[in-house]
Amino acid sequence: MLPGLPVSLGVTVAAISLVVLLPLSTLVVATGSMKGAAFRAALASPRVMASFTLSLGAALGAAAVASAAGLLIAWVLVRHPFPGRNFVDSLIDLPFALPTAVAGITLTTLYGPSGWLGRPLEALGIKVAYTPFGIVLALVFIGLPFSVRTLQPVLADLDPEVEEAAACLGASRRQIFLRVLLPKLLPAWLTGFSLAFARGLGEYGSVVFISGNMPMKTEIAPLLIMTKLEQYDTAGAAAIATVLLAISFLMLLALNRFEAWSANPTGRAR
Amino acid sequence: MAAFAAPPPVSASAPAPPPLTLLNVSYDPTRELYQEFNAAFIRHWKKTTGQDVAIKQSHGGSGKQARSVIDGLGADVVTLALAHDIDAIASSGLIAKDWRGKLPQGSTPFTSTIVFLVRKGNPKGIRDWEALARPGLSVITPNPKTSGGARWNYLAAWGDALKKNKGDAGARALVEGIFKNVPVLDSGARGATTTFVQRGMGDVLLAWENEAILALKSPGGDRLEMVAPPVSILAEPPVAIVDRTVDKKGTRAVAEAYLRYLYSPEGQSIAAQHGYRPRTPEAAKVRAFAPVKLFTLESVFGSWEKAHAAHFADGASFDRIYQK
Amino acid sequence: MSARPASPFARFALVSSALVLVALILVLPLISVFIEAFRGGVQAWFEAVSHPDAVAALKLTLWVAAIVVPVNVILGVVAGWALGKFEFPGRSLLITLIDLPFAVSPVVAGLLFILLFGRRGWFGPWLGDRGLEVIFAPTGIILATLFVTFPFVARELIPLMQSSGNEEEEAARVLGAGFFQTFFRVTLPNIKWALLYGIILCTARAVGEFGAVSVVSGHIRGQTNTLPLEVEILYNEYRTQAAFSVASLLACVALVALVVKALARKYSNERHRNDEKGVR
Repeated sequence: MLPGLPVSLGVTVAAISLVVLLPLSTLVVATGSMKGAAFRAALASPRVMASFTLSLGAALGAAAVASAAGLLIAWVLVRHPFPGRNFVDSLIDLPFALPTAVAGITLTTLYGPSGWLGRPLEALGIKVAYTPFGIVLALVFIGLPFSVRTLQPVLADLDPEVEEAAACLGASRRQIFLRVLLPKLLPAWLTGFSLAFARGLGEYGSVVFISGNMPMKTEIAPLLIMTKLEQYDTAGAAAIATVLLAISFLMLLALNRFEAWSANPTGRAR
Repeated sequence: MAAFAAPPPVSASAPAPPPLTLLNVSYDPTRELYQEFNAAFIRHWKKTTGQDVAIKQSHGGSGKQARSVIDGLGADVVTLALAHDIDAIASSGLIAKDWRGKLPQGSTPFTSTIVFLVRKGNPKGIRDWEALARPGLSVITPNPKTSGGARWNYLAAWGDALKKNKGDAGARALVEGIFKNVPVLDSGARGATTTFVQRGMGDVLLAWENEAILALKSPGGDRLEMVAPPVSILAEPPVAIVDRTVDKKGTRAVAEAYLRYLYSPEGQSIAAQHGYRPRTPEAAKVRAFAPVKLFTLESVFGSWEKAHAAHFADGASFDRIYQK
Repeated sequence: MSARPASPFARFALVSSALVLVALILVLPLISVFIEAFRGGVQAWFEAVSHPDAVAALKLTLWVAAIVVPVNVILGVVAGWALGKFEFPGRSLLITLIDLPFAVSPVVAGLLFILLFGRRGWFGPWLGDRGLEVIFAPTGIILATLFVTFPFVARELIPLMQSSGNEEEEAARVLGAGFFQTFFRVTLPNIKWALLYGIILCTARAVGEFGAVSVVSGHIRGQTNTLPLEVEILYNEYRTQAAFSVASLLACVALVALVVKALARKYSNERHRNDEKGVR
């Protein structure tokens, strides 16, 4: 048994309590002080419901796209060396580092009706900026590194010889992917998906520029939080925030339980 | 990591604290105005009292700024887009309830109005509020829920219909028609202007007159044109001293002088140069303002409180436009 | 890194589709930041980034990072030790709680600190009586940034410290090493890449955080304005080129951090060629 559990656990619990739980408890109290009916009223309006549907849908869609793109990119980065690989590898973290407002402004400039990409796309009849599609695009940008970075180490640990052995035994590519790779990748893949989803659900800065903010159509839930605050309705804002938080928390908790469950002697995949 | 290793302490970056500092918490479009006005007031204060004063600025959406002051942002004076926001601060006890009577003209040293900004040559022939509701037109305005300027836009259109004796039903139809034509609702006035000017969205932008004047001078402004509607609202962005702060800091005298200087010939002339309609006829000669028949909010809607409850509160008439 | 048997064409298709994705999602936005920044020439870029307000914002931003990152490193390592090296009931809940700031909308994160330290907040009156400023002052910015970046270091370390097992540390203990000796000689070398990566991500996020900081800053120019907020202000003043010039500084911070990471890994790989396993 290693030493240091009481001290390190004590410090960890204290830090979590002070840095995470104390601030979050204000939200719970602010929401808790509302009457049940007021809480429901704050959430039940068609506009709020529409924004929840949009935020959930866009976050799920973006997490799915980011996961698919992330798998492809991580695979290529790990398995197929090409000139400039280190450079591309470094770029993956860019969305973590670029302030979300800059990302939002930049994406809107690029994909807006008069932008480099927006103009040709619009000629093809595809509108990106100011549509739900634009929101998904911004969230894919935000979520991509989560997916790539969780998959990369797992892919690096996979031994290609296993796949070669499977191929020698007559397995098809499809079978190799489904039977050999997927089971190993799944935990990391889900982690990346959930992190991208949780981050996307609450994202504000990069989305407001490109979304168009039309009520019932392209208005995301975090924007409604801001709107409520503008109207001095802290309790209403807290109610929406609590719902978003609960969804993310349950998602992450389920994920961590799943990780703990799927952990094996060689370590939890990340 | 070396780059982050040794930043000098923040305090070293500012010179020794001057004897007096004022913090003016304001809304978005006034940045340029107060930059110039502050310099003028600092000179004036030095000349009359021999004392140095430093003025700090904070800008943002009017509602957000008011909320920050309520939550503890130490503003000596607030200069916001609508009386409703200062009333909100007053009801939290930081400002005396009778603040509107403390300075001349309802504590509003200059006014503005809402005008249209269109593409050069006005290709869609937009002249008045009814034209905005024409099917197929694309109108850019920020979101009245989050932008002070947008509330004036909305109320101007509504009031125009009432002035033409169309009644509430006619006014609702006009405003609904206009917002049906809005493809993007930015959260603030500046965002809406960028959408219109730089992204090339929309046929017409509803804007503060001073914002329109500024946009005409900024890059891309040569491809735009301002259209003044025959009738519009008298937009009154008010100012007030935050009593709680100035009493604690002992800055009441200078804060009051600061706001009063807005009414002085120099203050009025600076406001006019930046496209705000001054109160004095002398300053009004600085720039030719378009002849618009202006109605006050009180004459049509009674008070901000009533206008807010009827139009912008949750579930009120603005929300109903989108919930059909 | 041996490639699996694949036709050259399939390989080319894979690599190029990945590159197109990277180009569309990541490279184009990055390039457009720099193009906008230098649209008015190097002179204009330099004027924008050397403006006193931009310099004050840069100093504040670096100062915030200089406090937040070391605190996160210490807490992250301690949490990694407790949650990575030991099994106990409630462990997965604690890990989830550490993850939680990832899931909190930045806007809400800012709101939390207003509810805590604002004039009407839990501790607001107490602080107000003593003339202490937390919210709308650098302290509030530091606290909000700490909250937002809290998971980064710990989240990198915990899985690695768990998967690398306890045998080496136990062996060191048996051989008579003290706690700190064990940690610095055995544990730290094993986790240094994950730690470095965590530090880089944490730094990048601390420097670039917008939403949460925007709520608690008060936007007083030259005083409580961080770089990302300065970008927004400049953009709102129709000074697009200046806004992107300041934004390019932030992009540079990101790129420098990424280069440091790449160089450090390369340098280390040359020194310990067999040390590759378990990297990152």
